[in-house]
Amino acid sequence: MDLKGFDHPDRYSADGTLPAGARSVKVMIAGGFGTGKTTMVRSVSDIKPLTTEETLTQASADVDNLIGVADKQETTVSLDFGKIGINDQLVLYLFGTPGQERFWFLWNGLFKGALGAVVLVDTRRLASSFRAIEEMERQNVPFVIALNVFPDSKDHPVEEIRDALDISPHTPVVACDARDRASSRDVLIALIRHLKERSAVALESR
Amino acid sequence: MSGPRRPTDPSGLERYYVLTGGRSGPGGSSSSLDVATLITSRAAAVPGLQHEHEEILRRCRDPLSVAELGAHLGLPFNILAVLLADLLDAGRVEARHPIPASGAGRGPDLALLEEVLSGLERL
Repeated sequence: MDLKGFDHPDRYSADGTLPAGARSVKVMIAGGFGTGKTTMVRSVSDIKPLTTEETLTQASADVDNLIGVADKQETTVSLDFGKIGINDQLVLYLFGTPGQERFWFLWNGLFKGALGAVVLVDTRRLASSFRAIEEMERQNVPFVIALNVFPDSKDHPVEEIRDALDISPHTPVVACDARDRASSRDVLIALIRHLKERSAVALESR
Repeated sequence: MSGPRRPTDPSGLERYYVLTGGRSGPGGSSSSLDVATLITSRAAAVPGLQHEHEEILRRCRDPLSVAELGAHLGLPFNILAVLLADLLDAGRVEARHPIPASGAGRGPDLALLEEVLSGLERL
């Protein structure tokens, strides 16, 4: 894998490596199947998105029957991810969550340590992202809703969508085109602004 | 010896079993590893190391995330976590975990969010 050829070499050293002492933050891109999670990771990442995996069958299970274990190999959950150089000391990793939400709980600590999440919603199929929203609420992960606008998406008033998704009035809802780098970046900016507001409120209420 | 070799599946669980000596996470040093944890080698590879350990040390001369390492080595997270725990316990690598939105007891870190925001605005 060639890690050179970043679009923005100024935010990394010339060969694309991070300096010693660099730190990372992570943001999750969630949403139902086919809502554009991988597309968003791809459009906004500085690198060609990569895939990392988790096997759901632990390798130590059933050690005296390796053939049986090998049969379970297909239960692999993949995470597509990309990265954005924030500055020369800080890098943001974006992880697209696996399409099948039922696997999320199997990936230990997938959302732990994330700054927050973007939940992508296809307005033609709102229900496909219900599970993702529930999961963010259950795991107490702050999130913004990004309505990925498809060519045949109807123009729904945001309030109608907010109502249908049953989300807090404080949760931002923004429209985007996940294929577009600037649009995806704006969704991330909306998320970070939302986190800042939450922080400011939390500080005031101390 | 140039006889026929038994075909092996390089991505099979048998290989993982051999790589980790049958161990699996989480537990010990591997349980705190995150996909966004940055790994940096603290020591050069020495003779006698397991090939995968050596490969990790070589690739992490500059900080590299666990996710990238997994993608480059073709290893799933839980298997890589076991190998990294070996290296962490031996002091051969250093792990820097992702900065959470709010550190324990420190409250939300506005300065960090500000830093991320200005980086995104420059994109």
